[in-house]
Amino acid sequence: MPEATLSPGAQTVDPPDDKTPVVEFNDVSITFDVKPVLQNISFSVDRGQTLILLGPAGTGKSVLLKLANGLLGPDSGSIRIFGQEITTMPERDLYKLRARIGMVFQESALFDSLNVEDNVAYRLHEEGVPEAEARARVVEALKFVELEQTIDKYPSELSGGMRRRVSIARAIITGPDLILYDSPTGGLDPITSTTIMELVMKQRDVSHTTSLLVTHRLQDAFILATHRFDAAAGMVELPKDGPNHGIDESTKFLILNEGSIVFHGSTEELVHSTDPWIQRFLE
Amino acid sequence: MSLPSPEVYIKKQIVAVQEYSILSATAISGIFTPPRYWADIFTQMDSIGVGSMPIIILTGFFTGCVLALQSVTALKEFGAVSMTGSLVALSMVKELGPVLTGLMISGRNAAGMASELGSMKVTEQLDAMRALGTDPIRKLVTPRLIATVFMLFFLTIIADAFGIAGGALVSVYLLGLNASSYLHTSYRSLVYGDVVQGLTKPLFSGFIIATVGCYFGMKTTGGTQGVGRATTQAVVVSSVLIIVVDLLVTRAMIGIFGS
Repeated sequence: MPEATLSPGAQTVDPPDDKTPVVEFNDVSITFDVKPVLQNISFSVDRGQTLILLGPAGTGKSVLLKLANGLLGPDSGSIRIFGQEITTMPERDLYKLRARIGMVFQESALFDSLNVEDNVAYRLHEEGVPEAEARARVVEALKFVELEQTIDKYPSELSGGMRRRVSIARAIITGPDLILYDSPTGGLDPITSTTIMELVMKQRDVSHTTSLLVTHRLQDAFILATHRFDAAAGMVELPKDGPNHGIDESTKFLILNEGSIVFHGSTEELVHSTDPWIQRFLE
Repeated sequence: MSLPSPEVYIKKQIVAVQEYSILSATAISGIFTPPRYWADIFTQMDSIGVGSMPIIILTGFFTGCVLALQSVTALKEFGAVSMTGSLVALSMVKELGPVLTGLMISGRNAAGMASELGSMKVTEQLDAMRALGTDPIRKLVTPRLIATVFMLFFLTIIADAFGIAGGALVSVYLLGLNASSYLHTSYRSLVYGDVVQGLTKPLFSGFIIATVGCYFGMKTTGGTQGVGRATTQAVVVSSVLIIVVDLLVTRAMIGIFGS
């Protein structure tokens, strides 16, 4: 995998010594019709951290991600993103805040009527970035996901894995401070899934972007926690030495079951958990 | 399948009216405040206006033909066959032109809007648009609203013109009427109030088609089956509303201009 770095986006980046959590959920609950989807969810994600959301299907992982982006509003509780309360924020202000957030959707959610270039440059076009600069940044983002040859193609001409990679390029093009990945490997074959996880890892280890990643594939979650992207070598490696057996300290796990948090902690804590439900889930 | 309680049903309908009103108000406010998506407006004008020309021409033309054929039988009894042009022109301009154009565009475009936006909704493209900092109502609904209202006005004029021409063709070649007399009585019978009435209706119909089509599209749930359901609902609701609003506008216009 070639080395690639993205130019920082046009958005203001908070000072590095800012200790405010990037994402903070406090006692958040949401109900659809009469069915409670999330109940009393509280957790926070610090700057540079990657939080992997695990859990059986239908436990509200994707809903949690949409709450974090303000695409859904909770029934109760508080959600703070970059220290700003978003549950009471008008939609107009949310659009400005979302300029700092990248999101990769479950089924890619690329716009069918636009080609890859226009899909990836969508936000740049909305911001009025000059065409030449937008094109250069699209090429850069597509190089990051190794799909620069698809720039003129339409989403219908791409495979599922390619669409997912274009979706990642679209999410990272502005150099966001927070990336939300909603099942980026869902429905993909194991080889393509590994490619996608390598891209997530690369973004984490090269740009140190705070991220929330929903997945139902344990192997993907553990690859992300145990492997690193070596920018110098341009490839993913399994660290053999270093503290904590080389496991990435900034990658944490949050496990949901039936709308409630059953685990929140590090990889080590998860592996050594004595909770019978978690042990069964990991098996 | 259990029936919902009347209370739940009424609440759902009130919520739907509230959501429709909010969507319509937001779409209208998008006309007067930036950002404006001119490229999308022109694309929709091409799709709705130019794309609908063949069906509008055919509908208008054949309606005029049938109207002439049907009316001449009744007019013969009163010895007023020469009034055929007047009857066709008044019927087309005041009523049939606006209503039939509205119904045809509803079938073609309200369905198209509901299915397109519905597909975007179920594939999370609307969420992606919001996540990318764009208001889907401004980007998708406002351009369709502007394009439909603007183009339906002109499509109605085209339908009226082809209807009168169709009536003329039948009157001259099948009924043996004098072409000059037909066109003269058509022209003389139309007064200012008739034309205003006929051209006010498409403004309301255009608004109904765009907002109802987009509303059902944006509220789609339940995958591809939901898209089909939304499309059907959009056509049914917009068609019924067009006819109801036609009655209200007609009454209001009679109140303003008389007869």
